[in-house]
Amino acid sequence: MWAYVIRRVLATIPVMAVVALFVFSLLYLAPGDPAAIIAGDQATPQDVERIRASLGLDRPYLVRFGAWVWDIAHGDLGTSIFTNLPVSRMIEQRIEPTLSLMVVTLILAISIAVPMGVVAAWKQGTIIDRAVMGFAVLGFSVPVFVVGYLLAYIFALELDWLPVQGYTPFERGIGPWFQNLILPAIALGGVYIALIARITRATMLEVLSQDYIRTARAKGAGQVSILFLHALKNAAVPIVTVIGIGIALLIGGAVVTESVFAIPGLGRLTVDAILRRDYPVIQGVVLLFSFVYVLVNLVIDLAYTLFDPRIRY
Amino acid sequence: MHRRTLLTGAAAIGAAAIGAASSLPNVAIAQAPGSRVLKFIPQSDLAVLDPIVTTAYVTRHHAFMVYDTLYGIDADYAPQPQMAEGHTVEQDGKLVTITLRPGLLWHDGEAVRAKDCVASIRRWAARDGLGQVLMSLTDELSAPDDRSIVFRLKRPFPLLLDALAKPSTPVCFMMPERLANTDSATPLREVMGSGPYTFLANERVPGSRIVYERFDKYVPRPEGTASWTSGPKKVNFDRVEWHVIPDAATAANALQNGEMDWWEQPTADLQPVLRRNRNVLMEIPDPTGLMALCRFNQLHPPFDKPEVRRALLGAINQSDYMTAVIGTDRSLFRDGVGFFPPGTPMDSDAGMQALTSPRDMEKVKRELAAAGYGGEPITLIAASDFPSLSALAQVGNDMFKQAGMNVEFVSTDWGSVVQRRASKEPPSKGGWNVFFTFFAGIDMFNPAVHQSLRGTGQQAWFGWPTAPKLEELRSKWLEAPDLAAQQAVAREVQTQAFQDVPYLPLGQYFQATAYRRGITGVLKGMPLFWNLQRG
Repeated sequence: MWAYVIRRVLATIPVMAVVALFVFSLLYLAPGDPAAIIAGDQATPQDVERIRASLGLDRPYLVRFGAWVWDIAHGDLGTSIFTNLPVSRMIEQRIEPTLSLMVVTLILAISIAVPMGVVAAWKQGTIIDRAVMGFAVLGFSVPVFVVGYLLAYIFALELDWLPVQGYTPFERGIGPWFQNLILPAIALGGVYIALIARITRATMLEVLSQDYIRTARAKGAGQVSILFLHALKNAAVPIVTVIGIGIALLIGGAVVTESVFAIPGLGRLTVDAILRRDYPVIQGVVLLFSFVYVLVNLVIDLAYTLFDPRIRY
Repeated sequence: MHRRTLLTGAAAIGAAAIGAASSLPNVAIAQAPGSRVLKFIPQSDLAVLDPIVTTAYVTRHHAFMVYDTLYGIDADYAPQPQMAEGHTVEQDGKLVTITLRPGLLWHDGEAVRAKDCVASIRRWAARDGLGQVLMSLTDELSAPDDRSIVFRLKRPFPLLLDALAKPSTPVCFMMPERLANTDSATPLREVMGSGPYTFLANERVPGSRIVYERFDKYVPRPEGTASWTSGPKKVNFDRVEWHVIPDAATAANALQNGEMDWWEQPTADLQPVLRRNRNVLMEIPDPTGLMALCRFNQLHPPFDKPEVRRALLGAINQSDYMTAVIGTDRSLFRDGVGFFPPGTPMDSDAGMQALTSPRDMEKVKRELAAAGYGGEPITLIAASDFPSLSALAQVGNDMFKQAGMNVEFVSTDWGSVVQRRASKEPPSKGGWNVFFTFFAGIDMFNPAVHQSLRGTGQQAWFGWPTAPKLEELRSKWLEAPDLAAQQAVAREVQTQAFQDVPYLPLGQYFQATAYRRGITGVLKGMPLFWNLQRG
């Protein structure tokens, strides 16, 4: 298996190279001028030109791409055009909030969605099944920001139980950290819960019709044992796949959630950088996201071996 | 590790996490009444820290915390000494000596010296229009000792102190010589001033949080009262935190439940909600407001013809534009607004009938046809990511269409607008014909600072108008000996502007600011962080 892991990790290098070329070229072609944004609305065209030259933005495509690749090869993601800070430092500042949000959302979503899907499959065709599926449709349909605003209005403004916005680092205590994450995680988790619950239900329905389930019942196994030990374990592979694919969904949703709840995460960093045309930051973040996504896929592939001992690499 | 052990372990960790979460301690959400920390929501992120490189207002507000100025302005827009102890004028106005107050220190503890100020003035002047005029009239700018700054002028320049005090961007901020010697187009990497607050670089999270600490060695002016950027800068907070909250609804909620103390620019749609909240106060800090304009590209047809631009003056209904931007509350906007902010010294009624006479769209169409407009397409570039700019562009689009013009409406983000407006190419090759924007009234305060009235052709602001008469009048205004003479020339400037029409004036609106009732001492002009108190 280790040979497989190493092979997969090495395979990320050409993937990242293609992503790098693609991102750099797209940004080069996209409209927008960071020098004009830095200079401000009242600046004259001459001011903008001087700033563009001082930032090296007037250099040809190949020179800029070559310099960027050279820096990356040396472990340097570059420096933000606007803040003058290293991109790696800006990412480092933002990674904890996003990671916290995603982890809490994942735990919340999985711990709610999987039992929901199992129960819906078990009670197929009943009002419980319909309620679960109704919730799933709602979860898919209502945008994250609407849920976010509603939650903030009820729990922060009206009840005054939780803060409206912001993020408290984990090092300042689990309480404040978690308080800032509850509402965003619920808002972001809605779609994810809907997705996992639906796939769990569908997979469980298929598994529950298998012969070995009937055999288990015939041997006198209890309902809980049948559902969670025999059926769920065999339904796990597609569920884990969807959880993995859904991480991309979470990254996209985090952009909106972080804006609604003013969480200083990577999503907001990306949006701000795109709006300003802060090329080194955009490139750095996109590279990071693609690396994470490739890594998540690897982890999911490896997780299959945990749930299905027949799978070996 | 066995597969079953791993699965069991993961389940145990999940259960432990849920258990820990259920026993969370409660934390305070709102600010404590006696807190000496002020939490402020700025209009946007502080992306660029150098107040000379950028003209962004948010950077100016940051700079007024960290840097100081030789002169500030008061509520009458008159320059008052700030870092300066005073000045002398000799040799019929051709020798001006400014003396620094004693005991001024940079944040690293070094003394402020006159040569720091000389370098700072030079860097600012390289970037600022009025600064360039000042330097063109200066034979020698020197620092003969640590406290004296000497201007040896070619001829008397009555606006010297106004130039050093002006709050329009870029402001003449003082910084140490080693930083001020940096080229004015190269952003500074270090923030070091002598203002009432120090900037905590290590606590900065770009796009989210900017933190300042009271500079305990700052010596406020001993006399006078704080007014705009002049007077004693007494600081009553130990720490000021700027929290960037891009979502307006979230910012309003954070202010209402006391997580934040002050929101610089509440959006128009949320102002009624905040007005109803008894814990929140709202006021208009800047009486010069924000002036809306539609800028023409004069390099290409049809707006290269003054007749075409003039014809469109008859199509403007300023209240339509302002209603779209700020709503129907007439106390929040003005129409019938010319080229200078109403209520300021250079404002006049000269030529105003062009905007206040009855609107007649058929007449506009006839005048456009007579001016040679034959239905060729005009490219309007609109920023959709700023609601106020988008509103102006939408109304403008309608106005041009009603006037019978063939509009190609290009809706994009502000980042693309600022790039495209720099293009001098024809609209069909990536250029443009018109765009919309706002200027703070203080940036249109007089002909000296009024960027969009410049008529220097290829050297002028985007749109590149060539208007020799306007330039001639600007020079005349700069030489005017007193206020009455300046006002007389300003009337001529406005009259000429209605002939040349470098842009269409679209009205003035007032941006409210909102803060918690417990905060007192909020100064007029812009967000300034001295004189403030809690309770």
